[in-house]
Amino acid sequence: MSLAKRIIPCLDVDNGRVVKGVNFVGIRDAGDPVEIAKRYNEQGADEITFLDITATHEGRDTTVHTVEHIAEEVFIPLTVGGGIRTVDDIRTMLNAGADKVGINSAAIFNPDFVKEAAERFGSQCIVVAIDAKQVSAEGEPLRWEIFTHGGRKPTGIDAVEWSEKMVRNGAGEILLTSMDRDGTKNGFNLPLTRAISDAVSVPVIASGGVGNLDHLVDGVIQGGADAVLAASIFHFGEYSVPEAKRYMAERGITVRL
Amino acid sequence: MAKSTVAVIDYGMGNLHSVASALKHVGDDVEVIVTGDADKILAADRVVFPGVGAIRDCMSEIKRLGVGEVVAEAAKTKPLLAICVGMQALMTRSEENNGIDCLDVFAGDVKFFGNPLNDVNGDQLKVPHMGWNQLHQVVEHPLWSDIEQDERFYFVHSYYVHAEDESLVVGTTDYGVKIHTALHRDNIFATQFHPEKSSTAGLKLLGNFLRWDGQS
Repeated sequence: MSLAKRIIPCLDVDNGRVVKGVNFVGIRDAGDPVEIAKRYNEQGADEITFLDITATHEGRDTTVHTVEHIAEEVFIPLTVGGGIRTVDDIRTMLNAGADKVGINSAAIFNPDFVKEAAERFGSQCIVVAIDAKQVSAEGEPLRWEIFTHGGRKPTGIDAVEWSEKMVRNGAGEILLTSMDRDGTKNGFNLPLTRAISDAVSVPVIASGGVGNLDHLVDGVIQGGADAVLAASIFHFGEYSVPEAKRYMAERGITVRL
Repeated sequence: MAKSTVAVIDYGMGNLHSVASALKHVGDDVEVIVTGDADKILAADRVVFPGVGAIRDCMSEIKRLGVGEVVAEAAKTKPLLAICVGMQALMTRSEENNGIDCLDVFAGDVKFFGNPLNDVNGDQLKVPHMGWNQLHQVVEHPLWSDIEQDERFYFVHSYYVHAEDESLVVGTTDYGVKIHTALHRDNIFATQFHPEKSSTAGLKLLGNFLRWDGQS
């Protein structure tokens, strides 16, 4: 008996529609988030992550309604991230039916926000999202830094130290995106994933760069991830969730079939 | 004939939307009421006692609102399902938040998983225990009806229940230690996992609860 490694399809949602960019440019429309979430639930996805990329304030209300609709029909855990900046934002999403919220840049601007959020709502619903890129030159010891603004702005913060600090502040889970891989379909940054997974006591979700099923396997076996997140390989029907699970199971990974 | 009713106890601790939605989904002929009102809870045919977050905050609200008395009273006459922190609140004491006294409906403790926590191969296990793990049915029970042995359910918790009286344990899960993940006595059934988040298996359990007449 053991805990299953999780497969988490990610819906990037803008104004109530699912999209997925390639390095956040060249977005394609993949449809209605409620229908897609239901389909993933039927396929046996272990969780759904909903990343809100809506820029406008009015659009945020649409997001809340979308989360409500998903929570009424999909009975697996739902994480909502994107634009979570205040305790009120968290409460709004949890009340709408989210089980966890992802906090990203707000944690960088105010690390105590994570502490406050964990004390208020419990660590179990606080996911800290970390966008990291390798910054060490070739031949140097590996080093990764946190980036903001869709990977454009370096912060000077070391990714491993940051993840440890976020866990001390009460993060219950880390969503780690290899920003230099996002949208490339070349697979996760495995040394980064392994370094963070070994550094923290909480579960780590690997994200960014999945192009095939071997990448999911590598994220778990080499990267040490507890869960793997992917978007486009699932959205555009290249692979289904059951296919991914069977593939992982054949390679010795415990999954929920 | 009036619809049968199930009251989800609202004591201000977070999202009850999911458990209410899941109950509505499986109970076409059931009215789901989310309420903190003792009279409405006691008038319902069945009661769900959920809970999320830290035990100190939960217990302080439970005590302030007199939820413990309502739970004890309701359990005398009708089926009651406690979920996650709701289950933990029924135990004697929790180690969380430097030690918190709970309702002592079931004798036993709520313990921290420990750090480091290792599996049988010596590999480190992450805490919280988060994700889909196997539920071993220790005995037959109406709430396990139609659910496969060792089926996976969704868990998220950093503290685990250990009941003193093993005869109350109806389900266990291994995660470094053997956790008592389902308890039953008389009208009370308690689960550490979240049936409302456990897809098909979880919905089956909630459906079984809505058909359960308690006691057995």
